Amino acid sequence: MAESTSHLHHFKVWRGDDEKGEIVDYPVEVNEGEVVLDIIHRLQATEANDLAVRWNCKAGKCGSCSAEINGRPSLMCMTRMNTFADDEPVTVTPLRTFPVIRDLVTDVSFNYTKAREIPSFEPPKDLAPGEYRMQQVDVERSQEFRKCIECFLCQNTCHVVRDHEENKENFAGPRYLMRIAELDMHPLDAADRQLDAQDEHGLGMCNITKCCTEVCPEHIKITDNALIPMKERVVDRKYDPLVWLGSKIFKRSGA
Amino acid sequence: MSSTTDASTGRAQIAARTLRTDRWWLPPLANAVGLAAWVAYATVRAFMQDYYYVPEYGYLTPFYSPCVSTGCVPEASHFGQILPDVWWLPYAAISLPFLLLFRLTCYYYRKAYYRAFWLSPPACAVAEPHKKYSGETRFPLIMQNLHRYFFYIAGLITLINLYDAIEAFFKPGGGFGLGLGNIILLVNVVLLFAYTLSCHSCRSGVGGRINHFSRHPVRYKMWTFVTKLNTRHMQFAWATLASLAITDFYIMAVSAGWITDLRIVG
Repeated sequence: MAESTSHLHHFKVWRGDDEKGEIVDYPVEVNEGEVVLDIIHRLQATEANDLAVRWNCKAGKCGSCSAEINGRPSLMCMTRMNTFADDEPVTVTPLRTFPVIRDLVTDVSFNYTKAREIPSFEPPKDLAPGEYRMQQVDVERSQEFRKCIECFLCQNTCHVVRDHEENKENFAGPRYLMRIAELDMHPLDAADRQLDAQDEHGLGMCNITKCCTEVCPEHIKITDNALIPMKERVVDRKYDPLVWLGSKIFKRSGA
Repeated sequence: MSSTTDASTGRAQIAARTLRTDRWWLPPLANAVGLAAWVAYATVRAFMQDYYYVPEYGYLTPFYSPCVSTGCVPEASHFGQILPDVWWLPYAAISLPFLLLFRLTCYYYRKAYYRAFWLSPPACAVAEPHKKYSGETRFPLIMQNLHRYFFYIAGLITLINLYDAIEAFFKPGGGFGLGLGNIILLVNVVLLFAYTLSCHSCRSGVGGRINHFSRHPVRYKMWTFVTKLNTRHMQFAWATLASLAITDFYIMAVSAGWITDLRIVG
């Protein structure tokens, strides 16, 4: 039988609420094959029975266990312990962009508010439900964005709101700007979204520094495939006189 | 003060600007050093007004193309001489500013210099030092939206670079010639095309802006091609900085007589 590879690991977990908190040190057992969430569960079962943590699927698909591990926004269930040296302390804190409720649990309702602000899919007026027909090639781009598990790591990492609380009101965040891009590229969506993307949802605040893409556990190319194409569509409408003129002369619309 | 370290909004009270333990400062530092070094070299060369042309083999450095100053040697001026010869005006002053603006407004370089020079943010999940942030919504950064116009101009200038590279195969004295300089010029042009065509504005223009690819099969093909190139836009951005500097330095070295061109034919 193979030798047991368990060892004691130095964990540092933020404990507190919306008034105060601190990072608390815990020595905790780690076994081969475990992920950070396993260790947090072991802490709950042993030394810290009242540790608050949100989790669900343990498979990187529900988007519940988002936290910051050694300062990097990540899913706890997808961060393997063998990516750390045995003597490397592991610090786990809650997401730093949203109000904390307790310990590792934050109030992510900012994201629900932003989701509600994006108008839903609007079918063409002359099509009844059941009559929608689309080519695969036309919906392929949007399908990448549908992989989103709404873990809100991108929303948490984006410096526009992470470093500037005051921007929260006027900035939808990468996840919801991507939702606008998804609908704007949709072959059957009839809503006009480009001007609102810039004027209402803060696309111009994005300076394409790509942290949303860097932290996405689904590896969606948020910046290259959603935000920049959307910025270019906004330029078509707002800042490019040639495209504007062309649309007037040739009456192109929606293409 | 950054909201990340200021817990007044109910966020977890953590004073550290970041808890990252990796060397997050290395990529922005490397970018800052790399970009600054390149800009310093290019500035010196643009204003040097010497060692830009090898008359024996017809090599013209891209930093002096098109050479449209009355100070240019006539053989190097493929497109006429329309600019006065003054020390503060680079010989290629009709192309260099647009190439600079093309790269300055490039979606990749924006990321690189916003992080490396403006520290906004220096790295992901590392608090930035600025009190206020308005992104690209106001002047001057709203001008980043003009990127596509600089792309059009850069495309034309790349065609001129291609012309220079082909022209160099025909020696000014007559006859076909092939040397290491020709190969360097050609590789540089190929990389310049790869960088220019992989531009995000190009990707949107050729097809990205349409919603029914099925009705535009040719544009869909073009978009697919540019999309493939576009995933390597960053690599092309750095590869072309390197190839431009190497091409220019090689031509300077041959022109100044520091080295002789390695000739293969003629």
